[in-house]
Amino acid sequence: MIQVIAFYLFAVITVLSGVLCVTARNPVHSVLWLILAFFNAAGLMVLVGAEFIAMLLVIVYVGAVAVLFLFVVMMLDIDFAELRSGFARYLPFGVALVALLAGEIIFAEGAWNAGGLQLSRAAPTPDQVPNIQALGILIYTRYLYIFEGAGLVLLVALIGAVVLTHRKRGDVRTQKISEQNMRRPEDAVRNTRPVVGQGVEL
Amino acid sequence: MIGLTHYLTVSAILFVTGVFGIFLNRKNLIIILMAIELILLSVNINLVAFSAYLHDLVGQVFAMFVLTVAAGEAAIGLAILVIYFRGRGTISVEDVNRMKG
Repeated sequence: MIQVIAFYLFAVITVLSGVLCVTARNPVHSVLWLILAFFNAAGLMVLVGAEFIAMLLVIVYVGAVAVLFLFVVMMLDIDFAELRSGFARYLPFGVALVALLAGEIIFAEGAWNAGGLQLSRAAPTPDQVPNIQALGILIYTRYLYIFEGAGLVLLVALIGAVVLTHRKRGDVRTQKISEQNMRRPEDAVRNTRPVVGQGVEL
Repeated sequence: MIGLTHYLTVSAILFVTGVFGIFLNRKNLIIILMAIELILLSVNINLVAFSAYLHDLVGQVFAMFVLTVAAGEAAIGLAILVIYFRGRGTISVEDVNRMKG
């Protein structure tokens, strides 16, 4: 019984916060609704026993992606009121297209319920093994190369984001490490014997 | 009793919401990126639900890769957004014609 209540709670909040995310006036509120949607989707995944994906969702999405969005929204000085013009103009076409898409998806679900194709299982869920352990065994053996490829995708994204947003600024004085290390005492130190009362000339 | 259909329905609603968000906020690139994240989330829910239903772990492995690609896509998309805003002072999608594609 409690699973049913939990499912409906998570599902309703996920859907509601998704809708509020795309319709909110303030983009900061949008990001916060997105975070709520991710949390509740993680709850939905815990309910079917996919704990690892649920944790990954919270860590990756809420901890990294949503914070990145929040950072960009707050850092850039964007006139959001101007961007919202045309909201009502796009509404009818959007509703029509979405209704078509929803109808297609429901149709597909009905067709699938009527008797789907029988596919063999690629990697049956083992009994008596926790979710994370089973996933770890799978991704470090059979899916190792794809896993490494995923790491490569993240590396490319990381370097790409840095390269794209990096800029050289002329008005700041930064450290020049090699120049500083090459500097010898002869270049920098001067021994003088000043006369008393006359001071030194720098 | 909660079945696979319930999960598929939630996922379908979320997917449709994401598409709707792209249409509704045609000018605001940030909201469009967030709508794409919603769509990818619905795909992940679908993958995990089928994984649990079929007792097949490949769905969860694949959901992890979708998550990876989503994170990379958000990082690159926001980086492009930042340099675009730096050059133009706006993020309106309708003005994006610098490459004359």
